[in-house]
Amino acid sequence: MIVAKRKPFEEIKEMLKGYKKVLNVGCGTCVAVCLAGGEKEVDVLNIELDMAGKLDENPIELGAMTIERQCDREYLEALDPLVDDYDAILSMACGAGIQFLAERYPHKPIFPAVDTTFIGVNQGVGWYEERCRSCGSCVLGLTGGICPVTMCAKGLYNGPCGGTNKGSCEIDKDQPCAWYLIYERLSRQGRLDNILKFSPATDWQNQIPRTLIQPGYKKSEEV
Amino acid sequence: MYLLRAIQKGADGVYVVGCLEGTCHYNEGNFRASERVKHVQMLLEEVGLEGDRVRMYNLSSGEGPTFAAYAKEMTEHIRKLGPNRLNK
Repeated sequence: MIVAKRKPFEEIKEMLKGYKKVLNVGCGTCVAVCLAGGEKEVDVLNIELDMAGKLDENPIELGAMTIERQCDREYLEALDPLVDDYDAILSMACGAGIQFLAERYPHKPIFPAVDTTFIGVNQGVGWYEERCRSCGSCVLGLTGGICPVTMCAKGLYNGPCGGTNKGSCEIDKDQPCAWYLIYERLSRQGRLDNILKFSPATDWQNQIPRTLIQPGYKKSEEV
Repeated sequence: MYLLRAIQKGADGVYVVGCLEGTCHYNEGNFRASERVKHVQMLLEEVGLEGDRVRMYNLSSGEGPTFAAYAKEMTEHIRKLGPNRLNK
C-alpha cells in the first residue's frame, strides 16, 4: 500500500491561514489502512484545528468527508455538492489523490495534510516498512524476491558496490546490504545462477508521468 | 479520539485507567492505550493546551481505594492547572 505521514500541525495550520471554512477530505483506502488519512484521522485533525482556532480566537468552520478513494472519479463525485460551500479543501489522501481532487475542482485551493512517504508493507499495528520504489521494471524474479532498488542505498541492479561489509551496507552497520541478502536467499534456493543475469539499468532520467492501460481495457476508439 | 473530543467539548481533564502492566486480558492493550495517551498529550501541546490534562493510570479491578486515590490526585492536579481555556 501507499504509506503516508501526517504533516506537522503547525504546517497545516499555516497553510490554512486566512480560510474560514475548510472541508477536510479523507481517503478510505491506503492512507486509512496506514492510519494517516482515513475517517478517524480526519476527525482528529479537525478537532485539533477547531481547538487551535478557538484558542487563537480565529475559529475555522470545518467539514469532514471520507470517500473510498480520492484517486478514483467514481468516488470523488460524492464531493461535488459540498465543495462550493467551502473556501478551501484539505486532503488527507496520498499525492495522487490530492492531485486528482485539485484537477476536479481547479477553482478551489487544495492543501495536503499528509506527506506521501513510500509503498510499503505492514509489519505491525502502525508500523510500516518501504518495499517498492515503483521503478517500472521489476527484477524480483531474479533477486529472490528482494528489491535491490529499494533495499540497496544506491539502488544497484547488478550486484553490490565496494561498500558492502560483512552483510552490512556502508551507510550504516544496521542496514543490511541488499545484495548480501539476495545472495543468501538465492543460495538457499539453489538459484545462484540468477545473480549473474544482467539487468539493464533503468532510465531514471527524463521521466514523465507514466500512464498505464491494462490489456483488454482500451476504449474502442483508442484501439 | 474520545480523549481529544472530551477536551474539545470543555472537559478540564481526562484520565484513562488501564490494567496493571502485564495483567491486561488483551496482553498489550494497556501498553497501547498508554502510547495513545502520550500521543494525545502531544496533540494537545501542539494546539496550545497543556498535554498533562490527559493522564494514564494503571490499577487492578480489586483496588478500589487506589482508584479513589488516583481520582483525588487527578482532581488536585487539574485544579492546579486551572480550567480548560476552551471554556472561555
